[in-house]
Amino acid sequence: MKFTEEHEWLRVEGDVVVVGITAHASEQLGDVVFIELPETGTEVTKDEEVCVIESVKAASDILAPIDGEIVEVNEPLADDPGKVNEDPMGDAWFFKIKAADASQMDDYMDEAAYNDFIG
Amino acid sequence: MGDLHRTPLFDLHVELGAKMVPFAGYEMPVQYPLGVMKEHLHTRAAAGLFDVSHMGQVILRGDSYDAVATAFETLVPMDVLGLGQRRQRYGLFTNEAGGIDDDLMFANRGDHLFVVVNAACKDADIARMKAALEPGVTVEVIADRALIALQGPAAEAALARLNPAVAEMSFMDVATVDLNGSECWVSRSGYTGEDGYEISVPANEAEGLSRALLAMGEVEAIGLGARDSLRLEGGLCLYGNDIDTGTSPIEAALTWAIQKVRRPGGDRAGGYPGASRIAGDFAEGVARKRVGLAPEGRAPMRAGTELFAAETGGDPIGTVTSGGFGPTLGAPVAMGYVGSAQAAVGTTVYGEVRGKRLPVTVAKMPLVPANFKR
Repeated sequence: MKFTEEHEWLRVEGDVVVVGITAHASEQLGDVVFIELPETGTEVTKDEEVCVIESVKAASDILAPIDGEIVEVNEPLADDPGKVNEDPMGDAWFFKIKAADASQMDDYMDEAAYNDFIG
Repeated sequence: MGDLHRTPLFDLHVELGAKMVPFAGYEMPVQYPLGVMKEHLHTRAAAGLFDVSHMGQVILRGDSYDAVATAFETLVPMDVLGLGQRRQRYGLFTNEAGGIDDDLMFANRGDHLFVVVNAACKDADIARMKAALEPGVTVEVIADRALIALQGPAAEAALARLNPAVAEMSFMDVATVDLNGSECWVSRSGYTGEDGYEISVPANEAEGLSRALLAMGEVEAIGLGARDSLRLEGGLCLYGNDIDTGTSPIEAALTWAIQKVRRPGGDRAGGYPGASRIAGDFAEGVARKRVGLAPEGRAPMRAGTELFAAETGGDPIGTVTSGGFGPTLGAPVAMGYVGSAQAAVGTTVYGEVRGKRLPVTVAKMPLVPANFKR
């Protein structure tokens, strides 16, 4: 699993990357109350805002970690946003993205580096 | 957090694991480990303990209560003189333009008036009272007392364990009560839409009283985050957001707070700052009004969201002044100002969120019915 400085986790499944937010991020956000997921089939570029997540405190954006196509979104999550607080690293994934350039994944941190990053 | 003040309960908040944030010049708990959502729901289901010691507590004394009340009526458009002994009332400091400089609570405590004002405004409020009322009335700032609130349907049962007398109080009654060995000034009131109490307690005894309450099964410590969502569901204004120096009480839908005796035609009409503007609002109506707003989807509409009459085109007809997620409703909740033409309950307006206009229904306030012990 890889991690971004935006507190996303990225899990590679074949040529698809599953994207969610880290437990650290979900704790910082507080109770998540709303998620706007991207549309399946959308072509996205790295660092584009693709998803909105709102907690009791504030709204934040989820960025596309790599170029590619959104091939699947976690529809049930939109009806149960609190899942992001309960199981951020598991069931509460946001979307799956088919990588246009798999080498973009090399930029991201491994778990040890991420743990150092969040201190 | 360099120059911030701390309340007498600071150490207790830290011990309880609170996340402390700067608020109105104080380091205050925004949430405890329970989290905003569960803290909110717990308050509506049982009882929540809030530290509101950052608010200003002031005693006004003169030759008699009536003398103080008569003087205070020059600052607020409320019936102070007619307030019964051991009764409290909601009030507003108005300005010459008829806007609101702060909202407050005041209580007739027999020989004096006890006033509680917002933390962010308290220095200005105290200066205003001193300038207007002294020397005939003395303005005593109470700096050696904490203020806590116990709110929720189980508040009565919890507090009555410390002194059964509190159960006899009705909504907006005030009393001096011994709690946990401390002389407390208690009112049956709060700012959550729930039954409950606000308790002024000597600063050095506040932690002991708070611990005695928190030791009870039904009581949890609640932070400012849940306080905000509770008051929002309760249709209660946050000064600086929902009311400010530019909003008149009539625009703010606080007409109920101006008793008939102070309105045009009343025996003691006018005589407060901005009275002519407010009399004009009574006579002619207002162009905009504060309303409750129920967004139709799940997306919260935060403060600053512009409101439109139609799904496309047109200029904004208003703005959301407070908005977020209402845990009791399980849905977003907001309040804001709309044109009088859109202010009727049931009207659909549109809030622009991230470039999309989303439908929102003008709703009767409070969105969650109040649960007071009348």
